[in-house]
Amino acid sequence: MSDTSKSHGLHLGLICVLALAYFVLPAYHSGNLASVMVIAIYAMGYNLLFGYTGLLSLGHALFFSAGLYGLGLMMHLADWTPLPAFAAGLIAALVVSAVIGFLILRTTGVAFMIVTLMFAQAGYLTILYFGKYTRGDEGFALQQASRQIAGYDLTDPGVRYYCALVLFSVTLLGLAYIIRAPFGRTLVAIRENEERARMLGYNVTAIKLKAVIVSGVVSGASGATYALLFGYAGATFATVQYSIFPLLWVLVGGAGTTVGPFVGALFMFYLIDYASGKTEAYLLVVGVTLVLVTLFLPHGIVGTIRTRFLRWLP
Amino acid sequence: MILTTRGLTKAYAGVKANTDVDFDLPAGQTRAIIGPNGAGKSTFVGMICGRIPATRGTVTFDGQDVTTLPAHKRIERGMAYTFQITSVFPGLPVRENVALAARRGLGRNKAAVRNKTDEVLSRLNISDRADQMAGDLSYGHQRILEIGMGLAQEPRLFILDEPTQGLAESEVEDFNTLIKTLDAETTILLIEHNMNVVMEVAEYITVLDQGMVLANGTPQEIRANAAVQEAYLGSGHA
Repeated sequence: MSDTSKSHGLHLGLICVLALAYFVLPAYHSGNLASVMVIAIYAMGYNLLFGYTGLLSLGHALFFSAGLYGLGLMMHLADWTPLPAFAAGLIAALVVSAVIGFLILRTTGVAFMIVTLMFAQAGYLTILYFGKYTRGDEGFALQQASRQIAGYDLTDPGVRYYCALVLFSVTLLGLAYIIRAPFGRTLVAIRENEERARMLGYNVTAIKLKAVIVSGVVSGASGATYALLFGYAGATFATVQYSIFPLLWVLVGGAGTTVGPFVGALFMFYLIDYASGKTEAYLLVVGVTLVLVTLFLPHGIVGTIRTRFLRWLP
Repeated sequence: MILTTRGLTKAYAGVKANTDVDFDLPAGQTRAIIGPNGAGKSTFVGMICGRIPATRGTVTFDGQDVTTLPAHKRIERGMAYTFQITSVFPGLPVRENVALAARRGLGRNKAAVRNKTDEVLSRLNISDRADQMAGDLSYGHQRILEIGMGLAQEPRLFILDEPTQGLAESEVEDFNTLIKTLDAETTILLIEHNMNVVMEVAEYITVLDQGMVLANGTPQEIRANAAVQEAYLGSGHA
């Protein structure tokens, strides 16, 4: 079996397992898994830029919340139905990532990290400034009555689970395709040796901008999905914490692997869930675990499996 | 002329690395640029391929002024460049390194990219290493790989910055043979310290000294040039 068919097998297998898991898992865990799939979309978007292109952004909460508010505000203030509002979320993320990408790609390295952080902070403050519409930190809920697509009630746990699964699957397979395509190979080339890529005739800045946009739109799709399925939009999602989360998920799961972001998000979700049930000092447990993972699995969970055992892992 | 420079100058904070370099390279020629350390050779080819912006002067490639074009556009027009310090994609397989070079020109035609990649790998006798990570190759093989990446681009002007640096004697001989076979296919501009290589492969030599052209001539003429001997070869050179 070729490496490509093994990759397909892995991705389709994961999707099948998730599809069946709903019938097996207790309601509590299938609810959690729906959240994990949505945040894994965010992590996968982040991974395209960080894991594959080698650009470390500290401001992806901006793209996530562009999608979140793009959908949320249209449904909340303009009474749009979910599908057009979802499109609005994607367009908001597209516009924000194109404009921000154009500006931030003038910097590299540490400056890039700082500038992305600053823009995200500016985005957060903008949301607070327009508190009349966004309701700031308090946020707003989307009414159950409005969260329906073609007669399906997105607040129903089953519908929500499969809606999350569909979007997760589309993102996973879509990004896996991009990574194998010439565009994706070029991103990896830029990560490995930017100057060499440039001197092979690649317009490195334009390609990186495309990567920022794809990454931003996928992150925005996650934000829009989150608002739609869980019925809430608030400025907390635009804080720096939500820029750090995808970095952690990707680092723990395995940067530059297709399923690493999901594994990382799942691991972190249950780590926090478990630790916070045991002790009030759960962040300490989370911190120590992260230190251990970084020490003993420097390539993340999936990355280490790839390095040690399964070289074909995509 | 495939390449012409006029008045090409680079100043770093007032210190001139190159001053008014006028240079003409006819299509098909194999030209070596020699000169002592700090003569401005790398800066000069850096300005030709666009890695280093010129302070003033012009670069004309294939009849068109490319002075203001960014590097990737010059490469697109048919230049290829190999770095003085080996520069490959260490975390990617050898095959993918070459394919990335071929893909720029051949685009999405997968079969053409594969054929070109196979052709280059077998030409350089590294087909058996195609699936190794480039970073795991020996230094000599990494240099050969980088030349292969240049070949895969099918350049009309192939710029090599000290390609034999750090190679073993036998590898240098292989390199000489390779350059001679390339001679008929493309124009070659070679910065080289190894005088054996220069004398064997170059049809014509340009000597830079202190950022300026000191002499131009055939290998025999350069060997006999008193000023060149003074500046570079040393009086002991026979």
